[in-house]
Amino acid sequence: MLRRQLENINFVSLFLLVFRITIIVLILVGSFNTLVIDRTYSGQQWFNLVMSGLAQGSIYALIALGYTLVYGVLLMINFAHGEVFMAGAFTAFFVADAFGRSGFLNQQPILAILILILVAALVSSSIAILLERIAYRPLRNAPRLVPLITAIGASFFLQYTFRGLYGSGFRSYPQVAILRGTWQIGELSIPIVQPVVFGAALLMMLGLYWFVDKTRTGRAMRAVSEDKQAAALMGIDINKIIVITFALGGALAGAAGVMNGLYRPQGVSFIMGFFPGIKAFTAAVLGGIGNIPGAMLGGLFLGVFESVGPNLILEGLGIPSANQLKDAIAFTMLVLVLVFRPQGILGERLAEKKA
Amino acid sequence: MQNQTNQTRQMDWRLVGRVGGLAGIIALYTGAVGMVVTFDQRSLIVGWLTLGQALLFGAVFAGGYLLAHKTAETHSRNNQLFGGLVAGALAGLPMTAVLLLAQYINVRSVFVNISPALFNIVTLGYDTAGLGLFIGVTAVLGFLGAGVRILPEGARRPLLTALIGVTLVGLLSELFNQILRPMLGRQLMSQLILSNALRPMTALVLFVVIGGVSALWTAKGENVRQAIADLPTVRRTQLTWGGRSLGILVLLTLPLFLGVYLSEVLDNVGLFILMGLGLNIAVGLAGLLDLGYVANYAIGAYIMAILTTTGGPGGEPIMSFWAALPFSVIGAMIAGFVFALPVLRMRGDYLAIATLGFGEITRILVLSDWMSPLIGGAQGILFIPKPDLFGFVFRGPQQFYYIILAGCFLAVFVSWRLNNSRIGRKWMAIREDEDVAASMGINLVKTKVLAFTLSAAFGGLAGGIFAAKLGTVFPQSFTLLISINVLSLILVGGMGSVIGVVLGAFVLVGLPELLREFAEYRLLLYGALLIVMMLVRPEGLWPSEARARELHGDEEEPPLDEIPGGTGLEVEIETGVRP
Repeated sequence: MLRRQLENINFVSLFLLVFRITIIVLILVGSFNTLVIDRTYSGQQWFNLVMSGLAQGSIYALIALGYTLVYGVLLMINFAHGEVFMAGAFTAFFVADAFGRSGFLNQQPILAILILILVAALVSSSIAILLERIAYRPLRNAPRLVPLITAIGASFFLQYTFRGLYGSGFRSYPQVAILRGTWQIGELSIPIVQPVVFGAALLMMLGLYWFVDKTRTGRAMRAVSEDKQAAALMGIDINKIIVITFALGGALAGAAGVMNGLYRPQGVSFIMGFFPGIKAFTAAVLGGIGNIPGAMLGGLFLGVFESVGPNLILEGLGIPSANQLKDAIAFTMLVLVLVFRPQGILGERLAEKKA
Repeated sequence: MQNQTNQTRQMDWRLVGRVGGLAGIIALYTGAVGMVVTFDQRSLIVGWLTLGQALLFGAVFAGGYLLAHKTAETHSRNNQLFGGLVAGALAGLPMTAVLLLAQYINVRSVFVNISPALFNIVTLGYDTAGLGLFIGVTAVLGFLGAGVRILPEGARRPLLTALIGVTLVGLLSELFNQILRPMLGRQLMSQLILSNALRPMTALVLFVVIGGVSALWTAKGENVRQAIADLPTVRRTQLTWGGRSLGILVLLTLPLFLGVYLSEVLDNVGLFILMGLGLNIAVGLAGLLDLGYVANYAIGAYIMAILTTTGGPGGEPIMSFWAALPFSVIGAMIAGFVFALPVLRMRGDYLAIATLGFGEITRILVLSDWMSPLIGGAQGILFIPKPDLFGFVFRGPQQFYYIILAGCFLAVFVSWRLNNSRIGRKWMAIREDEDVAASMGINLVKTKVLAFTLSAAFGGLAGGIFAAKLGTVFPQSFTLLISINVLSLILVGGMGSVIGVVLGAFVLVGLPELLREFAEYRLLLYGALLIVMMLVRPEGLWPSEARARELHGDEEEPPLDEIPGGTGLEVEIETGVRP
């Protein structure tokens, strides 16, 4: 019996080992071919890929923080968080559109964008709070799969609710004049919008870090995520802290939504939340779910990897139109992280409860 | 339990406000997402009631009923009725306010569905004055809802049954029209049921008949059940076998009198039953939440397509449908096996998201240029010939029905045998608690891999049949929505229960196909249904006994602790034992 079990485990481990080695070899061979043999891309092009990856990655990181915060206090994955992001971005579009037409957006761009972020954050927060109140709170003591299923249900419900409310088309945010140019740094040029998005996201993340680390409420949040019973005994209102957590995560997602709208020309629509949601989840797991700096790092890493990966690895392997496989790279990364390092880069012990 | 003496003369205004407000928000929601207007194009009773109105006003009626239900033991009847009236009026307010606002500012540039059409429906065509009328109508409906609730049981049940029955027949009038037309003739049929609505007289007669039967059953049903129970065993077996053979006869002849369109619907339901029973092995029995089930379906379909395509008119396929079908199944099983290995150590939500990743990777690869020389990329694979058997060609949905039916019988048989087998019990043990199962000597690796592989087999079978039935295969057919669809039907029907899966497939796949107006809101309703089911009835419509016990078993015990996360003991087990 024991021998049999050992054999089985060996087989699975062997399979995983071969899997791991294959992936590493593929990455190395692909990168080697692209960088050393083919030399298809110039330094400027690589720089652009990395910069756009960082900008996109900082948006992922903001969303990922929502997953990580909620996981921290409730040990559950808020599968509908991508839709919370969509709700803010989609709603703020209408304000942006009105600002754009009245000219306010170009007269007072900073103020206007701040208002947009505020609107999106408010909407996303309210959606997140409603979600918690209606779909998650009654199920806190249910078997683990039950809240996950409600979250999937809520995800579709929200998508199609917003489709019903705002229509099914793609809507593009108006152009902001000061974000359109490029910066020249020596030989290299960057579209201004990229460092702006990156910087704003970084500011918000620092703000969050300060909030969780230094304020009284932040301390209460950390206490709840350590031990709910003990926190309750210390006089912390757990329900209130959970609502605040959802609201914070929602606000960051809403802000990410506005940045996404300003940064990506494709525009916003009711299905825009799905892919960023999954990718941000990947980022959160990558950094170690429940870990705030981890989510930031994970987001940035995923953004850059996804941006550089198709050109660096896949083209080197001779795969045609590699950019089509951008999403496949992100998903492969998701599976690899879940398989090989579910506790993430900065893994805490916390994640091991689920792994 | 409230004492009779505690029965307050005073109204619980907060409750009235809550229920009325909730009903009002739901009514506004249905209007704002466009359901009311879309469904208004479909009438239930010609000239009297459209589906949109039924939805809008049904919410208010239900609100009145719910309020009276909640206050049944604390309030006097007059207060209940009055509460219903007030709640109904309240329920009309949000919609009225928004529509009034829309008269003065352009709401429509944001909320696309707050349209003049909605205004017309709500005001019943009476312009702005109609808004007042609307509040009056909702107040009356709230009153009526409460009124129905305070009727004695003997009258209430038949009344509600009749209401629901007439609505259902009205919704499914196309089905009834198609089935009954050959028997009654076109002429008579157009007097009774149109293809999309009931005639008022028919509705009335149906109402009376259903109500009468229900009243009779409420009064005498117990006797009938008793009489059957009192029959000698031999007669009872005869009765059940008679029922079963009648059922099989109906199943075998169904496509003959259903026509092409309804057979097509039935075929889709059948394919989803197949997939549902397959996924049920992983999700329902073994508790492994698989969100990438569509990958198996796609692999089955693509294998069938590659092996049997003629490549163009007049070309020669590699093999026939029947020879290729086992390859579809085996290919899907291999994929299930390979996908299972890396995820063996994951549990719960991580497993769900990893499998979702597999499903999406499969879809993206199929769509990409990289794989397109083999499987056609976005253009898909065309020219898949129809199968034949001893000269009988399975040309359309009516013929394919038999292949699908055979597949379903096989799947039902396998599931039924698995449910009570040794391996089925192992799966259920893993579902309950992996660590305990492992310490009981269950080989987790083998058992889980087997669950994934077997579960994939049915997906491959369904995929193979689907490819041949459609004659073409496109990557667009294999989205995440299929996985969600299959998962929803299992959850709604009842995890781990064969009848539940069949029921779920009919409700979630069959109904929306019959009600084409629902198409746009299908996923919205799925989402809402999943949430409501998990909150109210997590074991599903027709649960397996074990599952129901598992989810409700602890309800008799008093809650140990108010604090979320349960007792300290539970937390310790979670952190301590799990590696």
